[in-house]
Amino acid sequence: MPPVPTAHYVFLSAALFTIGMIGVLTRRNVVIILISIELMLNAVNINLVAFSNLLQSVNGQAFAIFVIVDAAAEAAVGLGIVIALFRNKETIQADEIDLMKW
Amino acid sequence: MLNEYFSSVDLLVLKPAILLTLFAIGVLLTDLMLEPEQKYLNAVMALAGVGFAAYSLGPWPLGLQHQMGMAGADALEAFRGAVIVDSFGIYFMWLFLIAAALSILISIRYLEIEGEHRGEYYAIMLLATVGMMILAIGMDLITLFMGLELMVISIYILTGYLRRDRRSNEAALKYLLLGAFSSGILLYGMSLLYGLSGSTDLRIIASSISQRPAGDPLVLIAVITICGGLFFKIGAVPFHQWLPDAYEGAPHCVTAFMSVGPKAAAFALLIRMFLVPLASVRDVWLPLVIGVAIATMTIGNLAAITQSNVKRMLGYSAISHAGYMLLGIVSGNENGLKGIMIYLMVYAFMNLGAMAVIVAMRRKDIIGDEIDDFAGLVYKSPTAAVLMLIFLLSLAGIPPTAGFIGKYFIFLSLIETGHYGLAVVAVLYVAVSLYYYFQIVTSMFTREATDNVVPALSPGIRLALGVSLAMTLFIGLYPNPIIEVAGNTVASILR
Repeated sequence: MPPVPTAHYVFLSAALFTIGMIGVLTRRNVVIILISIELMLNAVNINLVAFSNLLQSVNGQAFAIFVIVDAAAEAAVGLGIVIALFRNKETIQADEIDLMKW
Repeated sequence: MLNEYFSSVDLLVLKPAILLTLFAIGVLLTDLMLEPEQKYLNAVMALAGVGFAAYSLGPWPLGLQHQMGMAGADALEAFRGAVIVDSFGIYFMWLFLIAAALSILISIRYLEIEGEHRGEYYAIMLLATVGMMILAIGMDLITLFMGLELMVISIYILTGYLRRDRRSNEAALKYLLLGAFSSGILLYGMSLLYGLSGSTDLRIIASSISQRPAGDPLVLIAVITICGGLFFKIGAVPFHQWLPDAYEGAPHCVTAFMSVGPKAAAFALLIRMFLVPLASVRDVWLPLVIGVAIATMTIGNLAAITQSNVKRMLGYSAISHAGYMLLGIVSGNENGLKGIMIYLMVYAFMNLGAMAVIVAMRRKDIIGDEIDDFAGLVYKSPTAAVLMLIFLLSLAGIPPTAGFIGKYFIFLSLIETGHYGLAVVAVLYVAVSLYYYFQIVTSMFTREATDNVVPALSPGIRLALGVSLAMTLFIGLYPNPIIEVAGNTVASILR
């Protein structure tokens, strides 16, 4: 079986990134927005690993691991903030979080 | 321990960051042993950490600058080129340490009033400072990215630090969602840069990019996404919506910190990215930067006029200041970059000073960040009112205050490079900014006081105000030292 060309990975990554971006911009549920951001970061990871394979350089894989670490930290802090907000306001809909004007 | 992957230079270069990290952990540990009324000792310990970091950085024996002078080196490379300490990095590290120290000083009393005086606040602030330092000295995409995320995640937590306060929750959530979104966009651009060059070292990326044919779509996408991510981080229009909310909702002392430190760090990253890997595609990003700079000055200055909340107004004013600083990148010559350096340092002192006055306005049951809260301040506390007046004049850029020097160099560089139209627009917006700054001044000096509660100038705030005032006036009246230092800094980045 011939190997998958790198261009395919790059297009997959671009598609995932766009889907994630649209998710962030259109969805109103904060948890879904956080998931969409994860999607964007994973698109970056696909890019990095594909380029790493193409260029035979290990930096990309190391970078991808750091991106995963960062995504975990961001999700932990994000969900913590969501819980703090939910305790005070009982909602996770972004358009109801409107104490200050957007 | 020392081998081909690790040398003694590595340790020397990271010593300030390592010391800050150790003290951050130390604050967390000692916090467990302190009684509620002894919590100010956490602040003392955090300040000691900043002091040790400053000692290991400065031109003293054991200090980084001293060691560099002894070795006669302009720049020290460590971690196989992933970290480079030059005058640019050292200048920014000093700026971050000053911002952290002044912010810690103004936090003590504020946190006591809020009833949230705990050690993790100072620990997270020190860790955010570590992130900023790494951002200023990184020369590798991975290093820069980790520094950036360490900084912004710490700031998200600090923004939501008052977890029982809805405004603080809301600000933190908005900041986190938009910040993580922009990090994703920036990362996508970085992954493309890596794909174009096969390396994460900025200098190798620079040489690979300069060999690509003009109008290469991949380069174009990489430049646009990286610009988008960077504009988010500095709060430039059209990516500015998070900034006024984050400034308004965050605790006063955190607003002070994040309006100075992270902003300067984001500019350090922006200058590094634009002048090293993206230098050869200047034609692509220059129109973007010009458009964004004009939009940023316009929205920042015009939206500030209608604000009734002082923190939110200073948020919009921070947006407009980012616009002025971007103009220094547009001209891109020595004076323009020198202007940005001076501007960032001066902005640190004047903005922290103004924020320190707002922190002092926070009393039991009075949040103190509405323009109405400033009514008749001159009758209650003449010192606070006059200090606020000086800081606001400096923010507007009126001589002989320090704010004038930063703007002077940026406008000078615009005229040198023939951007007359931009210079005229920028000067006109300075006039607009005077109008909204003087809304606070009129409120302080001409209106009747609505209450008799005098602002609490605690020893920490007094010290922070004194330092900010001294530096704002000193740089304004005798700017030669800072101009010389900024000149060296620019020489090291343009090399």
